[in-house]
Amino acid sequence: MSAANSGVGSSGAPRPISKRPGLRNFLRQLVAQPLSLAGSLIFVLFILLAIFGPWIAPYGFDEIIRGAAREAPSAQFPFGTDRLGRDVFSRVLWGAREIIVIPGVATLLSVMLGTVLGLALGYYGGWLDEIVSRILDSLLAIPALVLALVMLGTIGPSSIGIVIVIVLLYMPIVTRVIRSATLNIRSAGYIEAAKLRGESPAYILFREILPGVLPALTVEAALRFSYAIFLTASLGFLGLGVQPPSPDWGRMVAEARANFSRTPWELWSPAGAIAVLVIGVNLMADGLRRIFRYEGQLR
Amino acid sequence: MNTQPVVEARNLSIEYLLNKRWINAISEVSLCIDPLQIHALVGESGSGKTTLALALMRYMAANARVSAGEVLLDGDNLLVKSDDEMRQIWGRQLNLVPQDPLASLNPAYTTGNQIAEITRLHEGLSRADAWIRAVEMLRSVKIADPETVAQRYPHQLSGGMQQRVLIAMALSTQPRLLVLDEPTTALDVTTQAVILDLFRELIRDNQAAAVYVSHDLGTVAQLCDHVTVLYAGEVMESAPVRDLFGQPLHPYTIGLLASLPRPTEGVETRLFTIEGVAPSLGERPVGCVFAPRCPVALQLCFDQKPALENAGDGRTVKCHRWQEIASGALRLDTEPKGESAPAPPRQSYVLRARDIYKRFGESSVFDWLLRREPEYVHAVDDASVRIRERSTLGLVGESGSGKTTLARAIVALDSADSGQIELCGTEISLDLRHRERDTLRNLRMVFQNPNDALNPYQTVGQALERPLRLLSGDSLTRQQRQERIDELLEAVRLPPEYAHRYPSELSGGEKQRVAIARAFAANPALVVADEPTSSLDVSVQAVILNLLKDLRAQRGASYLLISHDLDVVAYLADWIAVMYLGEIIEEGDTEDVYHPPSHPYTEALISAIPVPDPTRSQGDIRLEGDVPSARHIPSGCRFHTRCPRKIGAICEEEAPPWRDAGDGHFIRCHIPIDELIALQSAVLAEKAD
Repeated sequence: MSAANSGVGSSGAPRPISKRPGLRNFLRQLVAQPLSLAGSLIFVLFILLAIFGPWIAPYGFDEIIRGAAREAPSAQFPFGTDRLGRDVFSRVLWGAREIIVIPGVATLLSVMLGTVLGLALGYYGGWLDEIVSRILDSLLAIPALVLALVMLGTIGPSSIGIVIVIVLLYMPIVTRVIRSATLNIRSAGYIEAAKLRGESPAYILFREILPGVLPALTVEAALRFSYAIFLTASLGFLGLGVQPPSPDWGRMVAEARANFSRTPWELWSPAGAIAVLVIGVNLMADGLRRIFRYEGQLR
Repeated sequence: MNTQPVVEARNLSIEYLLNKRWINAISEVSLCIDPLQIHALVGESGSGKTTLALALMRYMAANARVSAGEVLLDGDNLLVKSDDEMRQIWGRQLNLVPQDPLASLNPAYTTGNQIAEITRLHEGLSRADAWIRAVEMLRSVKIADPETVAQRYPHQLSGGMQQRVLIAMALSTQPRLLVLDEPTTALDVTTQAVILDLFRELIRDNQAAAVYVSHDLGTVAQLCDHVTVLYAGEVMESAPVRDLFGQPLHPYTIGLLASLPRPTEGVETRLFTIEGVAPSLGERPVGCVFAPRCPVALQLCFDQKPALENAGDGRTVKCHRWQEIASGALRLDTEPKGESAPAPPRQSYVLRARDIYKRFGESSVFDWLLRREPEYVHAVDDASVRIRERSTLGLVGESGSGKTTLARAIVALDSADSGQIELCGTEISLDLRHRERDTLRNLRMVFQNPNDALNPYQTVGQALERPLRLLSGDSLTRQQRQERIDELLEAVRLPPEYAHRYPSELSGGEKQRVAIARAFAANPALVVADEPTSSLDVSVQAVILNLLKDLRAQRGASYLLISHDLDVVAYLADWIAVMYLGEIIEEGDTEDVYHPPSHPYTEALISAIPVPDPTRSQGDIRLEGDVPSARHIPSGCRFHTRCPRKIGAICEEEAPPWRDAGDGHFIRCHIPIDELIALQSAVLAEKAD
């Protein structure tokens, strides 16, 4: 139809407005941005590696190949072998699962908790909001690594421990983002219309407001995920991650550091994998943010 | 007299880059702004009026380019100048008064410094001289205490004051041309009247010319000398103001003027409307751009673009049939039709709200810790309204009068602190959570901004189905709900396919129609409409007003209509209540309120309405100052600080009594009814002479 396809900005200049919210439209816009498309493809590739890595890997993650210690990269060992004679390529592949699953679970939990809390705080406001927000602020004030060291030092390093640390660190951030997105929507006419026809608070929060904060939520989730990967790897590097012999990329970097002058490939491979994954997810998050702002839905 | 125009556009075409395509926004516009002329650019949103006005200053958005034509300032082509040269011209010879005053002032500098900066830059004045000039300029825009205001920051001033500062700024370098981009849209009608007076005077005093961009034909008629009507980026008609309003030659102009609500038309008429919507950029027709909506279009109009022809007396018009219209051979039937005669109001009341009181300012944790009394804003102070069945109560007042708060207290979006509300004879809770389903069904609301009235993630069908499902007592089957949705869409004159559309695919007027359909979904008894047309174009406003009238007649609902536009209220409402600072100060039949006696405040409001007729001047009662803060309400009569008819100390000391002017018409004033009649009739008689 007519006037629907363009809006007018304050300077009289028209600006484009996308036609309708929808997955196909979304994908089309993603493809139009080469960098974020690349990021998304990297992300998908690593997910596939996490799922199928153990089957692709030529060796087991702790399988010691006799007489093949400290081999440089070759056709047989694409990333070389470490000082014990373990295939670095296989270890990186096996490790993909942990570096995806632990931050993934932690991000999902942070986002879910943060969304529910953020929606409720933003919608209800008042005393509840003031008290809970101050508590979250104080959580945010603790430096990430200090919290991680104290927590994992007390309860001992474990996957669950890492997940708890990440949730404690990131849930407040997600809450704040969703809360402010909710504040923008809370006073919209359609929310008031819903109140006036007697909708339950749950319906208003999850059916009326949630779709509106979904763009903010998606971008935030992608961003948190990339930070969580980095944090998990850092904890692994510090020896607070999953314990040996499991192939944790962070710990592999820490172990390889000592041998860097003799077997540099031992360091490059896990470090490179971390870097590529984090950059990929970041590019994807950046693309998502641009798409949603372009649509004018993330106010 | 020097006949060379100050600014001239010759065959100017402008394009925008949208989705990687250059799309024409302004096509071959020629325009002359003569010295001392106030030239209006009129058009609906998307017509290109702001684009054109800014292009006259050679100021364009980043994604715009001039594809043809030239812009001359005193005969000098601006389009070939370098940016450095333009920076010398902008702010000195070409100045802009923008639409949103607060956004256009720098919050980090005092107003005096902002004005001084311009003269220091362009005229090389010293810091001290520039400051003195700034204070002078503030005085020239009738700011009572310029020394103090010069030291204030923008956010410390009211909207009207901010706009004056911007005018002072724009005039401080004695520019050749001022571009006024909807400068009063954000202001109250009383403030608007003061600002328009100021424009008229200052533009003459400064020997400047001005371009006035507006969608408001009333202010155009009152302020401008020459009017150019734009539609879809083309000039439809250009004429001296009296000719244009007196005898419009283009069907679009005729339609626009006919779609304005006029208070004298009464309750039984429908407004003339222009069918359809304006074409969007890139979808403009080959022939005459207005042909698809034109009631008298011929096949020729669709095939061939008319030329802009000279119609004598400085008039130009772009229509194949203008000569027939000019000679009177072709007449457009624009008379309002009386087809939706409403059932007469009943004597019983659909709503009685008594002594509604609402204050804002929750005590915060800090107030509690510091044991201090929070500063309350007394938004509505014991206001009472009654609405008869099948009638419309219009609630009017400036912003800050509490009219919206009162309406929101009635529907319980912001629950009243005290008071009683009776709906259809039964008392209902002040708290939304304790209201029964039947109450919710009977009391519905239409919101001001159609753009956020509908959830962008739900289709029109979903938006209409939800209230049906929730509020219709009889549980409807899916099939029945679908039928009701079709019926509702038909009632608001939208095709049934619209049920599958998302709000982003609708125009503003269409969104508002869906919002109205939603309000009527479950057969309400009372619909509260908060400024339902204030964000819509004139031609769309007429459609919505007609629709509201039709629905009232067909469905027997009543309205509580809130508006700052007194013409809209007079068109729709049969009963009016006037609010000032949280109190109702006058109520009565629409006719009675519009004629003496009326409260001095109402009188001033009516006087400030810009009449869309250049031969009739608006009233000349102006209110000084702004609405006082609702934190510190004036003693005695709340209006005494601004009242032009204040009679003495009694106004400051004692709250005025309700005076009965007969037929349910009440006025809250110290002046007796007889004296009000005498005073106000004298003013009207004087104006008639």
